[in-house]
Amino acid sequence: MNTTTLKVSDIKSGKKGESGVMGIAKQNAKISRYLVSPSVLLLLAWMLIPLSMTIYFSLIRFNLLYPGENEFVGLENFEFFVTDESFAAGMSNTLLLVGSVLLITVVLGVLISVVVNQAFWGRGIVRVMLISPFFIMPTVNALVWKNLLLHPVSGVFAAMWTFFGAEPVDWFTEYPLFSIIMIVSWQWLPFAILLLMTALQSLDQEQQEAARLDGAGPVDIFFHLTLPHLARPISVVVMIETIFLLSIFAEIFTTTSGGPGYETTNLAYLIYSQALLQFDVGLASAGGLIAVILANIAAFFLVRLVGKSLTEKN
Amino acid sequence: MAKLTIKDLKKSYGDVEILKGINLNIYDNEFVVFVGPSGCGKSTLLRSIAGLEEVSGGNIFIDDKDITDAAPAKRDLAMVFQSYALYPHMSVRENMAFALKLAKQPKHIIDKKIMDAAKILELDALLDRKPKELSGGQRQRVAIGRSIVRHPKVFLFDEPLSNLDAALRVQMRIELARLHHDLKATMIYVTHDQVEAMTLADKVVVLNKGRIEQVGSPMELYHNPTNIFVAGFLGMPKMSFLQAKVISANSLGLTVELSSGVDMCIPVSSDGIAKGSTVTVGIRPEHIQITDKNNSNFTGRLDVSEHLGSDTYCYVNTDANEQLTVRTPGYYQGKYGDTVGLQVDLRHCHVFNNDGQSLYKLNRSAA
Ligand SMILES: Nc1ncnc2c1ncn2[C@@H]1O[C@H](COP(=O)(O)OP(=O)(O)OP(=O)(O)O)[C@@H](O)[C@H]1O
Ligand SMILES: [Mg+2]
Repeated sequence: MNTTTLKVSDIKSGKKGESGVMGIAKQNAKISRYLVSPSVLLLLAWMLIPLSMTIYFSLIRFNLLYPGENEFVGLENFEFFVTDESFAAGMSNTLLLVGSVLLITVVLGVLISVVVNQAFWGRGIVRVMLISPFFIMPTVNALVWKNLLLHPVSGVFAAMWTFFGAEPVDWFTEYPLFSIIMIVSWQWLPFAILLLMTALQSLDQEQQEAARLDGAGPVDIFFHLTLPHLARPISVVVMIETIFLLSIFAEIFTTTSGGPGYETTNLAYLIYSQALLQFDVGLASAGGLIAVILANIAAFFLVRLVGKSLTEKN
Repeated sequence: MAKLTIKDLKKSYGDVEILKGINLNIYDNEFVVFVGPSGCGKSTLLRSIAGLEEVSGGNIFIDDKDITDAAPAKRDLAMVFQSYALYPHMSVRENMAFALKLAKQPKHIIDKKIMDAAKILELDALLDRKPKELSGGQRQRVAIGRSIVRHPKVFLFDEPLSNLDAALRVQMRIELARLHHDLKATMIYVTHDQVEAMTLADKVVVLNKGRIEQVGSPMELYHNPTNIFVAGFLGMPKMSFLQAKVISANSLGLTVELSSGVDMCIPVSSDGIAKGSTVTVGIRPEHIQITDKNNSNFTGRLDVSEHLGSDTYCYVNTDANEQLTVRTPGYYQGKYGDTVGLQVDLRHCHVFNNDGQSLYKLNRSAA
């Protein structure tokens, strides 16, 4: 801001030939460059050092079980990571997890926030209760689900199944990924509801009344007014959730530990298991870089998606 | 083909009664304007007619069909909102087509209706724009267009011009008058603007605190207000009110003494007025003239003057310190603090009794 105004004054004073003002402006620009440089350097170091270390580790053999043998191996770690059967599983589980949670939270989020936006007795307390899961730590959340809800013997679900005379389900063995999706959705649904509920409050009342006079029923109003109005907040929800959902870890760690087999192993958990269960730092670094690339691809598409809906004139 | 009848309509929010029994007949092809102070229930009445508010009592009929409990869409009326309420994600064309599409009309008919409405409102070039890309006046025209395409029996307008600047408001006002003439539709219009009310209306309904004070043509309301509220509400600047005591009453009128000590004989019916009772005399600015103070027994001290170019409005304080508004020609140059003579056109004075009711004017035909 400051530098641009200075530039404008540069041009003006240059035309008049007053070199004094110009000199001060130049000096100011120089000073401001010096003043911002420490933070820029710090930020660069902050990003570059871990990144270059990761790149370095990914190119050497570096297993904590075999110290000393740190020779350069080129892209072997990458090849190994990608061709391992766990990688395909990790990739598809990550995508499945992110995709399903996004779908569930957005669809349910829209429906619930539209319902809660109606006036009814006790709306305030219902809203607070809908938001509250978001404030529970992921680890605690996962433990509650594991021990109190989904447990095949002592869980609430098992009690319900038995009450209706059905055989209790052992969720984490029979539907492991589905159970994780359920837990994570429960955690992130409040976030979607919070954003969408806030957005709904700015939905114009008179537009809805005009639509009612035009003969629109609740369903028409939902599809023609509410949903377009929510396009922007929905894309924000999708973007923010994706960033966090790509790195889901605690929920898997506390419940299934990636199993059975690789059925609930996502990329984050895969990298963890390579690095700390198999002590192969080189391999884990290669996995980390692949995850960075994947996240960037996702971010690229998301930013375009969100950017489009944000700049769209509506 | 649309007659609207409102019978004893009541509306409360909780314990607060907003509409306290409205009775009104609106005939086919009539342009009816609701006026009244802010918060008197104009919008509530309009929204009750539209079906957007559930009424607490009474009935509404369109062409003798009871629509009190009908859904808004089933009432066959269209409303134009103050904020326009255009659908922001739809183009002008889609905005206008929305109701027709919902009614499952065939595409070529929809297109034709939109083209007709666009032609009337000069929207042809704007059909593919979004509401955001339009000016205030254009948005207003789209909002009107959206109601025209449906060919409703009754149009409802809630302060449609209040968001526009003065020049555009005059233009839209003329367009609305033309539209009413072209469409031959029944229109109900809520406004704060006196000029809109006087120029557009066939019939003005003055509302106050949830009741109808008076219904009539603009001229009738202006010249023969039934009570002090209507008299004070209509007219810009306002009618001046002076306290007076009745000295004598006879068949020629009422002789009163103003608080400033001036006597005047006003030709109004003196039925039920006792000698010595107090009344209020109302005089419009155009019915007082400023004269030479030496030739007049009614004098006052000049306060502020407002020069409008064509006219000058002078505020004059009487000896009893009551304020009078006087219309003088534009060239009048009175100075602040001058003592001036006042000449009142007695035939056009209004007298209100203690309850604020107007006394019948004896020369009504001359009004
Ligand atoms: N939803 C509501 N709940 C409670 N009171 C309301 C509600 N809507 C309106 N009112 C009250 O009803 C009264 C009439 O409101 P209304 O909007 O009809 O006034 P209005 O004559 O249109 O005023 P304005 O000229 O300012 O638009 C006001 O006193 C208002 O406070
Ligand atoms: Mg209003």
